[in-house]
Amino acid sequence: MQKPRFRILGQSWRFWAMVLLVFLVAQWIVMPRMSDFRKTAWIMFPCIMAILCLGLNLIFGFNGQFSLGQWGFYAIGAYASAIITYRFGARVSLPVEGITLQLPDLIQKIIPVAEMELFHFDAGKAGLLLLATLAGGLLAALISAGFGYVVLLRLGSDYFGIATLGFTIIVQNLLNNSDKVIPETKGARGMIGIPPLTSFFWVFIFLILAIVVLRNLLHSSTGRAIVSVREDEVAAQAMGIDVLKYKVLSFVLGSFFAGIAGALYAHLYAFLSPQYFGSEKSFDPLIIIVLGGLGNMSGTVIATFVWAITLEGMRIWLPMGFEAYRFVIYPIALVLLMLFRPQGIMGRVELGFLRATKWPRRAGTAVPAAPDVGTETAA
Amino acid sequence: MQKLLNRIAVSVRKSPVIWAIGVLLLAWLAGRARQNPVLFAQFLVDGIRLGFVYALVALGYTMVYGIVRLINFAHGDVFMIGAFAAFFATTRYHWSFVPAMVLAMVVCAFLSVVIERIAYKPLRDAPRISALITAVGMSFFLEYFTALNFVFTPNFIVFAPQPLQFKSWNVLGVTVSNIMFVIIAVGTICLVALYYLVYRTKLGKAMRAVAWDKPTARLMGIDVDLVITFTFALGAALAGVGGMLYVVAYPQIRTFLGVMPGLKSFIAAVFGGIGSIPGAFIGALTIGMVETLAAGYLSSTLRDTIVFSILIIVLLLRPTGLFGEAAKEKA
Repeated sequence: MQKPRFRILGQSWRFWAMVLLVFLVAQWIVMPRMSDFRKTAWIMFPCIMAILCLGLNLIFGFNGQFSLGQWGFYAIGAYASAIITYRFGARVSLPVEGITLQLPDLIQKIIPVAEMELFHFDAGKAGLLLLATLAGGLLAALISAGFGYVVLLRLGSDYFGIATLGFTIIVQNLLNNSDKVIPETKGARGMIGIPPLTSFFWVFIFLILAIVVLRNLLHSSTGRAIVSVREDEVAAQAMGIDVLKYKVLSFVLGSFFAGIAGALYAHLYAFLSPQYFGSEKSFDPLIIIVLGGLGNMSGTVIATFVWAITLEGMRIWLPMGFEAYRFVIYPIALVLLMLFRPQGIMGRVELGFLRATKWPRRAGTAVPAAPDVGTETAA
Repeated sequence: MQKLLNRIAVSVRKSPVIWAIGVLLLAWLAGRARQNPVLFAQFLVDGIRLGFVYALVALGYTMVYGIVRLINFAHGDVFMIGAFAAFFATTRYHWSFVPAMVLAMVVCAFLSVVIERIAYKPLRDAPRISALITAVGMSFFLEYFTALNFVFTPNFIVFAPQPLQFKSWNVLGVTVSNIMFVIIAVGTICLVALYYLVYRTKLGKAMRAVAWDKPTARLMGIDVDLVITFTFALGAALAGVGGMLYVVAYPQIRTFLGVMPGLKSFIAAVFGGIGSIPGAFIGALTIGMVETLAAGYLSSTLRDTIVFSILIIVLLLRPTGLFGEAAKEKA
């Protein structure tokens, strides 16, 4: 008999306390000491990128479908949500007055703000962002379901990659001409006037949700089916696994993540340009997941931060007038890393709660294994 | 002939809708051609010109993919380097057309061999994705390194004076330039030479053997590494010619020049069945033609959408491309 325990999304209270602690430390201790540029470029943008890359890792790393279409779904999510908030952003407002705390001097050494504002936010705008993000994700998922079902049925490996690359280019090309249908997007000139609603809170929540959902999915029977498709399609089929179903499932879920990441990105810089969603950048998520290690969630998250911090940091670290060299150093580093560590930074090593479940030694008995492991009942 | 007709009949019976759409499209095109035959002929001429340039680049993609199963994303940038080599040879050193072209070929071949030795050869036994990432890395490196101020600068450069005196004639209303004849002539010579090399010489036989089965080819005494390096050099030399012809036809150079033509040539290679030499040629001509016709008749801003949609549709109908099955001998 197992004691009922406190669980949200299959995680214990210790996990959620840890998440809260990380959030508070980042929000109050780390972030106030950083400039705005670093806050967005080093913390918020990598979180968004990590959601995107986790989605691609599900498609390519875990399910083995070589996809270059992630960037296209990112663009779809970004534009769909931006249009919603552009239309309603000015009208919806429901401010919630929180409490303001005066911090004593001693605490100000740790948290460098004089007044701490708690629960001081605009509920209407937050609801709108949540709605727009979900709408962006759902639209990306819907389109990917249609595209994925048709394309995955016929194409595999490299040909699927080429078809999805074509998809990305088509999306960019259509966005360039989108102002004829939807005037707000302003086509190739770029969309301005999006309310900058994304804050660290939202980015963090969605990243944690993405990680937990992906972890629970992959440690379930569905997840094992998804991985089995990568390992050997014929053998998976022989075991009674509907290969196409799991391919489409992981493609749709990965694209849903991409749509959510796109929505958060749209409200981060409050500016969208089809130039950014071009085919050259569509390799970024692929590069990140290979750097982190294919089929490795912790590797993906770590690699995203390393990638974003070095790439943006080189703007600051390189001497004046040498900023253009960062795109010379970056490919060299990429090639060297691939030559000396082709399996990625983390290889196959997962960290913490993302690790594969340890099965109980004596599977036949009803007595559960060590109660503190707590992962064998997950989702 | 009987066999071909039979196959077409079976295919019509299997998927009548697709054939109906195809026939409707052709009929629509014929209608537009009847309205203004001169314009149509002009589009065809331009399409052939573009298609030959794409063909030269697509051959490099297709040969490399056929042998090492690698999508060589750096190929489009080698094409750009070829264009720059020709540009400096003609404008700074006043070389004439043919020496400049030979220089572009040599520079590209050398560069490609270096890239292959550095970035691809050590990863031949690693997972294929690693080599793909290094290919993307080399592509970024070539683009951004050459965009530095002391190399080629990130700006557009106008290719003038040209190595060829531009002349154009008006044949029944269609404007034909000498550049077009040069492109077609050079392209044809290169294709014939390549065909002879691959199908009539010992080296070509070795290439086909390596593409067919690497371990067995090695057992037969073929130096597989040498053949792969040679394939890279050959493809890059053709890309160098293509780069020069491209900037002679569209005289504006930039270090990001190779991205879009590279992608288009690559999809041309896929379109014709990647790994097949005649397929790459036919595919490139088709893509060039489709691009000009789509830009002319439908929408010049949406032409990428049209080209890539056609690619996806063709892949869905024939997952290995037009000549994917027929070309058993991949070179």
